[in-house]
Amino acid sequence: MKQFIEGSMAVSQSVKLCRPNVIAAYPITPQTHIVEFLAQIVANGELKTEFINVESEFGAASVVLGASAVGARAYSATTAQGLLLMAEVLYNIAGMRLPMVITIANRAISAPINIWNDHSDAVVIRDAGIIMLFAEDAQELMDIHPQAYKIAENQEVSLPVTVNMDGFILTHCFEPVDMLSQKQVDDFLPPFKPVVKLDVDKPVTMGLLAEPTWYMETRYKLKETMEDSKAIIEATANEFKKLTGRYYGGLIDTYRMEDAETAFVAMGSLVGTLKDVVDTLRAKGEKVGILKIRSFRPFPYEKIREVCANLKQLVIFDKSYSLGLGTILQEELRGCFYRQKHQPLVSGFVVGLGGRDIPPESLIECYKKAQKGEITNEFVDIRLDVVGR
Amino acid sequence: MAEQTKSRKQKPPITESLLTSGHRACAGCGEALGAKLVMDAAGSNTMVATSTGCLEVFSTPYPESAWRMPWIHSLFENSSAVACGMEAGLRALGKREGTNIIAQGGDGGTADIGIGCLSGMLERNQQVLYVCYDNEAYMNTGVQRSGLTPFGTHTTTSPSGKVSFGNPLPKKPLLQIVAAHNIPYACSATVGFPNDVQLKVKKCLKEEGATFMHLHVPCPLGWVYKTEETIEIARLAVFTGLFPIIEMKWGEVVRVRKITKERRPVEDYLKPQGRYRHLFVSAESKKEIEKIQAIADANIKKFGLVD
Amino acid sequence: MSKPILTSVGPGTSKVNKTGAWRINVPIFKHDTCNDCRICVLVCPDACITGEDSVYNADLNYCKGCGICAYECPVDDIEMQLEVK
Repeated sequence: MKQFIEGSMAVSQSVKLCRPNVIAAYPITPQTHIVEFLAQIVANGELKTEFINVESEFGAASVVLGASAVGARAYSATTAQGLLLMAEVLYNIAGMRLPMVITIANRAISAPINIWNDHSDAVVIRDAGIIMLFAEDAQELMDIHPQAYKIAENQEVSLPVTVNMDGFILTHCFEPVDMLSQKQVDDFLPPFKPVVKLDVDKPVTMGLLAEPTWYMETRYKLKETMEDSKAIIEATANEFKKLTGRYYGGLIDTYRMEDAETAFVAMGSLVGTLKDVVDTLRAKGEKVGILKIRSFRPFPYEKIREVCANLKQLVIFDKSYSLGLGTILQEELRGCFYRQKHQPLVSGFVVGLGGRDIPPESLIECYKKAQKGEITNEFVDIRLDVVGR
Repeated sequence: MAEQTKSRKQKPPITESLLTSGHRACAGCGEALGAKLVMDAAGSNTMVATSTGCLEVFSTPYPESAWRMPWIHSLFENSSAVACGMEAGLRALGKREGTNIIAQGGDGGTADIGIGCLSGMLERNQQVLYVCYDNEAYMNTGVQRSGLTPFGTHTTTSPSGKVSFGNPLPKKPLLQIVAAHNIPYACSATVGFPNDVQLKVKKCLKEEGATFMHLHVPCPLGWVYKTEETIEIARLAVFTGLFPIIEMKWGEVVRVRKITKERRPVEDYLKPQGRYRHLFVSAESKKEIEKIQAIADANIKKFGLVD
Repeated sequence: MSKPILTSVGPGTSKVNKTGAWRINVPIFKHDTCNDCRICVLVCPDACITGEDSVYNADLNYCKGCGICAYECPVDDIEMQLEVK
C-alpha cells in the first residue's frame, strides 16, 4: 500500500516493523524526525520497545552496545557531530562483534558548522569494521532496514550496520513509498539469535584486554568477516527482491550500463539525479550509465570490475573529500583498477559539500569536461571570487 | 512493563568467589578486595559492566578472566550507559526480573570522564547499581590526579615540588552530586568496614531505581604504604573525618557512621602514606596539614560525625 | 566462517595464572586461637582463603603474601613469615 511520506517516516515505519527491543534516541538535525516519529509510534502503543532518551550520542551508542550484549535488537540514529561523538563506541561495537543497525542522516562536519547534506560524516568510520550501506530514496529506506538487520545479525557476520541517507534531501522530502507489512518483515527477518551474549545461566566475559599476542588476530578475523559479508549482502538483497519484487542493488546497482562507455559513479540520493542526467544524455546519443555504490564497506571491488569491464571512463561525483589526499571514491576506484587488465580512466568531481545544490546542468558540464581528459579532485561550482582566485 | 517471567531458580550459595584468584592486582589491592566484596554480596544472578581501569585490566587479560558471572567491558567513560542498555534490553526481552545489574568504574572513569553518562543513568532512574571504586587517582595509567584526588595529595600530575604541595584542588563532592539527582539510595562505604560494604550492596540491589555506592579503596602502590595496612588505612580515613560514611535517600542524608569514640587527627592517616610525605618536611608544609584538618573538621560538622 | 575469536571467554579462566609465584612473605595459619570469625576469608583480595571449623588456610598457588589476613585476624592466629623456598 502506497503512502506519501517523508524519508524519515519511511525509516521510522521500517524500523518499527523490525521490532527493535531497545531504541536509544538523541536528537541532532537533520535526524530529529526519525527519533521523533519513533517516539510517537511508541507513545501510541504501535511498537513495544524500550525507548531511552539518552544524555548524548555517546550515551546512545553505549546503550545500544549494552542492549545488543544481552541479546536485544537495538537501534539508534545520528548525524555528523553525533556520529563523531559515537565513533569511539562504534569501533568498540565492531570490535566486540555486536550486531545492530544505526541510521546516519548524512551531514557536513563542522567546523564551520553546517547542517546540510554531504558524506563527510559517513566516511569517518570507514575503517572500523562496520558495514556501510547508502540508500537512494525513501522507498529504499523502507526496504533497506530489515535487510540491514538481517545482514548484521547473520551469525557469519555479527557486525554493526550503518544505513546512510542524505540529510534533508531524504530525511525531509516526501515521496510515495510502498509500505511493507508486519507480516512481510516477520517472514523476512527472524528473531535475533546472538553468537555470544551476557546470560547469568551461561556466564561469559566480554571485552577483554588483548595484548600484542592476540590483537592482530582479531583484526584478521574482522577482515575475513568483511570479505564474507559481501556474499551475504548480495543474497539478502536477492531474497528481499523475491519477497517484494523490489531491488535497489546488492553491493552495487547499475542503470543503463549494458553498452555504456562512460559510467557515472555516486552514492545515495545523487544516483536519482544522475538517472535523469543519463536519460537526457542518452536521448542525445551519449553512451552513459550509472554505477551506484550501495555498499561502501565492504568495498565491492570484484563487482565493480565486472560491470566496468568495457568502460572507457568512470566519472565520479563524490560528496566527501579526504583533505590532504583527494576525493575518496576517486582514490578507492583508481585503486580498484590498479594493474588490472582493463583500466578505465577515473575522473573525480567533488560536489554538494555542505548541502550545495547539484543541478543536472552542472553534472552534464562535468561529463563534457571529463570527455576531454581525465579529471582529478575537481571541486564543482566553486565561486572563484569568494576563494580569491 | 515487561511481562512477568517465572521467578529465577534459586542458585546454590557460591562456594567460590565471583571475582576469583589468579588476577593480576597488586598484593594488598583495595580495589580487588572491594570488587570481591561487591560481587559476592550481589551473587551470581548479576551482570556487570566495568569501565577501563585497574579493575578491568588486572582481571581480564585475554584469555584469562577472573570474573565468574556475566561481565562486559566497553570503554572508559560509559559503563553506566552500557549498563543502561543491558537493563533496557533485559526488560524488553522479559528477562529483567531476578537479575542484578551493576555498573562500576574508578574515580576517574566515574567522576571525570564518565560523569555525563552517569548523570544520564541517574536522571532516568534506571535500575542499576553504580559502584565507584575511589582510589583517588588514575592508578592504572600511573597515579595521575583525578577529580577525586584529595587536597594536598602528591600524584604524578599534581606532584609536590619546590613550589608545590601537591594537588591544590579539593575532592569533588561526588556523592552529593549523585544524590542531588534524587535517586532512591546513595551511600559511601569503605573496605575498612568490609561487612558494611556487603550489607549496603544488598540494600542497593533491593531498591527500584538507580543506586550508587562511593567505595573508598586504598591503593598500596599509588598511596605508598605497606600492603598489609590496606584496611587499616581505610579505617583511618573514616576516623579522621576525611571519608565520611553516609547514606542518602532521595537526596537527603538519612544516616551517618559517627566517629565520636574513634576520632583521630589527620596526621595519623597521612603519616603512613608516602603520597603525603612531602607534608611533613617543613613548617610551611605542615601548614598544609592544618588545611587538611580543616577539611576533616568541616566534614565532621556538616554530617554530624561527632557527638 | 569459524566463530569470531576474542569476543568472549568462559568464567574464571584466570585460575591458570598462579600468582603465588609473586610472594615474598607467606601467611602461617596457626590453627590455635581461631574462632571461625571468617574475617580472613572476607578480606583476602585474591579470594584464596578457605576453611571451616577453625581450620583455615590460604591457597598458596595464588596467595600474594600481602599480609592483610594476618593484620586483620582479631585473635592473632595468622603470622606472616619470610618464605623460604
